Amino acid sequence: MVLILKQSIRKYGKGLALIVILLIVWEGIALLIQNNYILPRLGEILSVLLQPAAPVLGGESLIQNTIQSLKEVLTGFLCAAAIAIPLGLLIGWSKEVQIYLNPTIQILRPVPPIAWMPFAIAWFGIGFNSILFIIGMGAFFPILINTVDGVQGVRLRWIEVADTFHATTFEKLRTVILPGALPVIWTGLRVSFGVAWMCVVAAEMLPGTTAGLGYLIMYAYNLGQLQVIGAGMIIIGIIGLGADTLFRAGQERLFGWQGRE
Amino acid sequence: MEPVLSIDGITKTFRDGETSCPALAGVSFDVAAQEIVCLMGPSGCGKSTLLRIIGGLDYADAGSIGQTSGNKDKKPSAAMVFQDHALFPWLTVYENIVYGLRLSVQNLPEEEITKRAESLLDLTHLNAFALSYPHQLSGGMKQRASVARALAIKPSVLLMDEPFSALDTFTRRELEDEVVRIRQDLKTTFLMVTHNPEEAVYLADRIVILSGRPGVVAAILPVDLPYPRDPADPAFIRIREQVTRMIQGKS
Repeated sequence: MVLILKQSIRKYGKGLALIVILLIVWEGIALLIQNNYILPRLGEILSVLLQPAAPVLGGESLIQNTIQSLKEVLTGFLCAAAIAIPLGLLIGWSKEVQIYLNPTIQILRPVPPIAWMPFAIAWFGIGFNSILFIIGMGAFFPILINTVDGVQGVRLRWIEVADTFHATTFEKLRTVILPGALPVIWTGLRVSFGVAWMCVVAAEMLPGTTAGLGYLIMYAYNLGQLQVIGAGMIIIGIIGLGADTLFRAGQERLFGWQGRE
Repeated sequence: MEPVLSIDGITKTFRDGETSCPALAGVSFDVAAQEIVCLMGPSGCGKSTLLRIIGGLDYADAGSIGQTSGNKDKKPSAAMVFQDHALFPWLTVYENIVYGLRLSVQNLPEEEITKRAESLLDLTHLNAFALSYPHQLSGGMKQRASVARALAIKPSVLLMDEPFSALDTFTRRELEDEVVRIRQDLKTTFLMVTHNPEEAVYLADRIVILSGRPGVVAAILPVDLPYPRDPADPAFIRIREQVTRMIQGKS
């Protein structure tokens, strides 16, 4: 136990040092200016975080808001992946398809997902479906682009092996192209999840929403409760970090062969 | 003996826009059942191209490939081993070996697949590594797994494109010995491209020598030495030197 602690300190200590310094600076300035509407004390943020199941500002609890945001992100992310991966396989596989689709994709890709908000509200109304659409838009392109790259980077020799065994086109896609491209697709998923997480918070800040971390932040802002905003931001950051860590761990477990073939 | 593979007038020219590069010009020879034939020649004489055409990875402009077994159904009758082992890195050794067997074209029951895989793991001494991934194996083991994968579909001829040239001398000799043993055990026919005259004389019943650019058959040299062959044997050395001279175009 002590050993594990020592190892973690050695591994993460240097990175944590800066966080500790920032917290001290924050607390110092907060003490100096004594104004909760500019800089809330750390203790106040902490007291919000330490009561995750209690109603916040007369509304839902931190946990409920977090679950709402996670639900939206996961749904949007999975929908985006379900469309982007097959489409990416098709585009990467067929030059012809790529020629037809590429200009459209390249024009749509740089549009910030939030810019779709007015259309989203016009098409899907206020609420879950609109937020889903925004998240989907944000999550879609990183997955698509990486899937196309991944497919195009699959070693020709592997495809030739499948050819010598007379694999059908579908078998080649399933047994060679998809697994060969998967490490790059995985990177796309990782990036995409980060984007989706940013989108959900932004989308929930828009009028008409009634739950979620983004909503909570905006609501707290209207009431001047900056300690709640701080707590919300910390949760967002920690969940983002957690997701990224999971994706990285998955990468090492699943694709240990990468770069060693 | 009836040939399992007859190569008849294979001609191939690579075209890239305006430039065209003749690779093969009417190459013909037969490979008999259970024969080991080595294909040699200077760089760029089209040896690999010929192998790829036989393996179905490339098309000939003219000529034909006749294979006695196969082509009645869609099953491949030739299997290929590449210089780089070309194993799928995301599959275990076992899964790599059964790759070709699991494809719909083979339509095999799972028991048959397991049976074949196990006997091939025995044959190539990879039992202990069945569940390892390619990157966990040595170069020699990778190439043995690659040979096992190719043999799994019971090909009428095993095509090998410089299969051992990336290996160190000792591993290489070990695998060459296994080729001879596999031929004996499984009655396999081999057509193998090699750059190494010693390897060719060590293994081949006949050596087909192509001349360069475009490739045509310059000579077919029978190697009449009993197996196992001894590279220090004066007769062996004589043939090896003869092969070397022929490839250099000096005789």
